[in-house]
Amino acid sequence: MTPTEYDYLRVFLKQRSGLVLSNEKQYLIESRLMPVARKFGLASISNLVDKLKLEQNGSLADAIIEAMTTNESFFFRDKVPFDHFTQTMLPHMLTARQRDRRIRIWSAAASTGQEPYTLAMCLKDMDAKLGGWRVEMIGTDLSTEVLEKAKAGIYSQFEVQRGLPINYLLKHFTQMGDMWQISPELRSMIQYRKLNLLESFSSLGQFDIVFCRNVLIYFDNEAKIDILNRIRKTMPEDGFLVLGAAETVVGLTDAFKPVADKRGLYQAASASTSAAAPATAAFGTRFQFASGR
Amino acid sequence: MKHCLVVDDSSVIRKVARRILEDLSFQITEAEDGQAALEICRKQMPEAILLDWNMPIMDGIEFISQLRKEPQGKTPKVVFCTTENHVAHIAKALRAGADEYIMKPFDREIVEAKFAEVGLI
Ligand SMILES: C[S@@+](CC[C@H](N)C(=O)[O-])C[C@H]1O[C@@H](n2cnc3c(N)ncnc32)[C@H](O)[C@@H]1O
Repeated sequence: MTPTEYDYLRVFLKQRSGLVLSNEKQYLIESRLMPVARKFGLASISNLVDKLKLEQNGSLADAIIEAMTTNESFFFRDKVPFDHFTQTMLPHMLTARQRDRRIRIWSAAASTGQEPYTLAMCLKDMDAKLGGWRVEMIGTDLSTEVLEKAKAGIYSQFEVQRGLPINYLLKHFTQMGDMWQISPELRSMIQYRKLNLLESFSSLGQFDIVFCRNVLIYFDNEAKIDILNRIRKTMPEDGFLVLGAAETVVGLTDAFKPVADKRGLYQAASASTSAAAPATAAFGTRFQFASGR
Repeated sequence: MKHCLVVDDSSVIRKVARRILEDLSFQITEAEDGQAALEICRKQMPEAILLDWNMPIMDGIEFISQLRKEPQGKTPKVVFCTTENHVAHIAKALRAGADEYIMKPFDREIVEAKFAEVGLI
């Protein structure tokens, strides 16, 4: 691969998926793209680049983008965000959304489904409190391949042992030989859609809670800021955002404020109330906001 | 330093488990079967037990049933680690008093995740 070809791939990947590759990642590109080249009957990365130049939107382009994304995920990843979900975000929404009894949740880089399914398992734990509520969950990802796996909800023995407590395995999965499939009920709780975070997502509607974890980390600041600001627009004033352990809004945008003492949890900035504040305060803020205009 | 008893009739598995758990700062004692493990527990109850199922003399299920009846026998966190990987086995182990369950083959990440799950790390 020549330096020009490497630069071409770098620009292509940044424009199409947001992925930023530093100067020394040639080796990564080669190891991940050689299998793609072979699959398309191309002898080298140079041939692959030539073909990509002719077909920027075809199946080769998609395959290159998918091959370069990191899809690793696991159930209850980092654990703490799911404690925030059941102990902070849901209790807040259960009071703040009393009138509509509706909560919308978005897993914005759902990958193979572990994150949205973990949220679904947490929701099942709170079944008693959610009677009469409508909870809508959407999982999106850039990659069709991972979404297919998410929809099927079938995981290897290795995957169900990384972070998933054994009781949840017994409760929500069926054994299929060496594999484990998540229950039809949990699968039916999530709608999966292909979506590129670099493009508009206003058509998805409004969300009370957004999990956008371990994806912004691959992007440059400009893309991070743009996506964070657009996520803010999908939320009411008390919406929650959860980022990955190595991600933050701090220094990027004022659209969200870190929630005190809740690592990785952010709340839409114009809500001056804390998560722990009672529902009346949340409504009060909203009212003040409306009357102030 | 927390004390973990590794119970498995395979010396290879014990060695692998020892290496992983020592890296996680556990002090390790080994036993080849349930009976030997029970004797160790009677002398000094460990904080954690990594437990195989199929072993000569006394198997894992028998061991944990006996252990849980001992004075202080409810304190150790018991993590099964076995090739028995059917849901019925898992359910049986949990009923017998296991806290977590590892299906072999296992690796460092799984052991770490499961030990964290039961609050040992
Ligand atoms: C490391 S996984 C994160 C999965 C999960 N959120 C977690 O934290 O375990 C990152 C996912 O982001 C997806 N992704 C990468 N670029 C994207 C983009 N521009 N738009 C949407 N998804 C993207 C990848 O396909 C991959 O599945």
